[in-house]
Amino acid sequence: MADAERIPGFDTLAIHAGAKPDPTTGARATPIYQTASYVFDDVDHAASLFGLQAFGNIYTRIGNPTCAVLEERVAALEGGTAGLAVASGHAAQVLVMQALLMPGDEFIASRKLYGGSINQFNHAFKSFGWNVVWADPDDISSFERAVTPKTKAIFVESIANPGGTVTDLEPIGAIARKAGVPFIVDNTLATPYLCKPIDFGADIVVHSLTKFLGGHGNSIGGIIIDAGTFNWSRDKKYPMLCEPRPEYAGIVLHETFGNFAFAIACRVLGLRDLGPALSPFNAFLISTGIETLPLRMQRHCDNALAVADFLSTHPNVAWVSYGGLAGDKYHGLAKKYVPKGCGAVMTVGLKGGYDAGVKLVSNVKLFSHLANIGDTKSLIIHPASTTHRQLSDEQKTKAGAGPDVVRLSIGIEDKADIIADLDQGLRA
Amino acid sequence: MNHDSYPDTYIRGILNTVKTVAMVGFSPNTTRPSYFVFKYLLERGFKVIPINPGQAGKEFLGQTCYAALNDVPEPIDMVDIFRASEHVMPIVEDALKLQPKPQVIWTQLTVRNDEAAAVAEAAGLKVVMNRCPKIEYGRLSSEISWMGINSRTLSNKRAQNLGGGFQRMGLGEAGGKKND
Ligand SMILES: Cc1ncc(COP(=O)(O)O)c(C=O)c1O
Repeated sequence: MADAERIPGFDTLAIHAGAKPDPTTGARATPIYQTASYVFDDVDHAASLFGLQAFGNIYTRIGNPTCAVLEERVAALEGGTAGLAVASGHAAQVLVMQALLMPGDEFIASRKLYGGSINQFNHAFKSFGWNVVWADPDDISSFERAVTPKTKAIFVESIANPGGTVTDLEPIGAIARKAGVPFIVDNTLATPYLCKPIDFGADIVVHSLTKFLGGHGNSIGGIIIDAGTFNWSRDKKYPMLCEPRPEYAGIVLHETFGNFAFAIACRVLGLRDLGPALSPFNAFLISTGIETLPLRMQRHCDNALAVADFLSTHPNVAWVSYGGLAGDKYHGLAKKYVPKGCGAVMTVGLKGGYDAGVKLVSNVKLFSHLANIGDTKSLIIHPASTTHRQLSDEQKTKAGAGPDVVRLSIGIEDKADIIADLDQGLRA
Repeated sequence: MNHDSYPDTYIRGILNTVKTVAMVGFSPNTTRPSYFVFKYLLERGFKVIPINPGQAGKEFLGQTCYAALNDVPEPIDMVDIFRASEHVMPIVEDALKLQPKPQVIWTQLTVRNDEAAAVAEAAGLKVVMNRCPKIEYGRLSSEISWMGINSRTLSNKRAQNLGGGFQRMGLGEAGGKKND
């Protein structure tokens, strides 16, 4: 930029960060580097790349120039030092925990999480010996009480899926700092447009890019952002970062890569060895989506608030859970952490119970009945008859997916059309 | 100079000007950060002279290692210090005795000595502390962006290929314009 020291604003970064004109062709849109591999300049260059002595591309499982644009862009938007894009939000969580935990270690996670993450932590991660200890975000001291010498990380969602509830990041971050472990925030529902967790103490931010960042329901992807804030060498608790790595002839990643060592560890150990690479085509679609993130996200929030307002006085609706609503339990936290709006996802309790839920998802004409959030299109799901079907009623209610609950992800269509569709669906 | 945050123009100016770098605290161990930087800067066209009393007289990647700065038989533009912060002052004092004087004192990540910096600056030298020239070069040339690192730079010009390979970028921009 002409004024080199001017700090660009969020909307400018959403469009430009990571995406200089292509060095080879001058292409202004980011080219899709649909290649598995890259020719080495010479034998010495190959050796430098494999030894991590040079920056560059080897093989698309480890890095790809199209994916790199996405990585740098989200890192810039979150205010982090580096990013690593991977095949899905779930893959991002696997790589983060694999870099931090050894079998037998523990991590503390908020009970209020996306159901898929609860499953991943309770079952897949336990089978790796990474033991989740659940804490209650409505009782911050439960995080402190859960800390043991085996604790290696604390994990929360900024806005939790599905109830649109807001997590009090700052005090939980303080507990992580006191325990000497990194604070990981899944910022999928808020996106950096609404909340930058690094400003509130996050050391690592993860996303499902599938949702609002990509924004169009066309690609699965995930990303890990390194805040560059954690001192990996201080307590010698994280051997992937602070000990010589046999995989790389004894390199110590933290001393070599400083404040972006975590992102490098996830790439050159996690992604290289576990393999969930993002397709460059998906990276292209997602980074194109991000260019309009500020516009879309504001519209999502404005529409969602109007819908929540409408539903909260609807005769067939018992309750609405959405932190953006003035009377909501989480409204105070919403004003602090997501002042521009509380995102697009909410849950709604129907007076008619299970049958009313089934009827609503069948009767809507604009909303799509499917398992996803964060599309331009309005989406609806009745967890009790779909994702949470196998649970008992009691288990369903505990998971916030009681028989009367529907989850909405409000799109960016005309809000009058969204409201009219719900109204006719509820009354039909 | 404010040593908490350097303008990109300052760093770019230094990396665009200096040609000969003496690396104090060079390690011959190929997995140590100093060796990474040594090799990388050589590949980017700098002349890099390793300084390490235990390795004096040996050659690394074709470069003769010397025991101390004042053993180096040619002018040094920049002294890059890979020693703990408390060892920086005597190295700066040695550097200031050189004829001609170097233009720049650079200390690596985590290495910072404000007293030594003040002495060097009073003698007219530029100082960069707690930074890595490999990372800064990679950041300003856009090479580091391939690793998903936040380069904290935006540009409407394409990065310039340095030649000698596909994945070697320079500090200017295509078309020959320097960015400062
Ligand atoms: C908050 C949150 N985190 C993580 C995920 C998992 O992401 P993905 O489906 O991209 O693996 C989801 C998906 O619904 C989510 O909503």
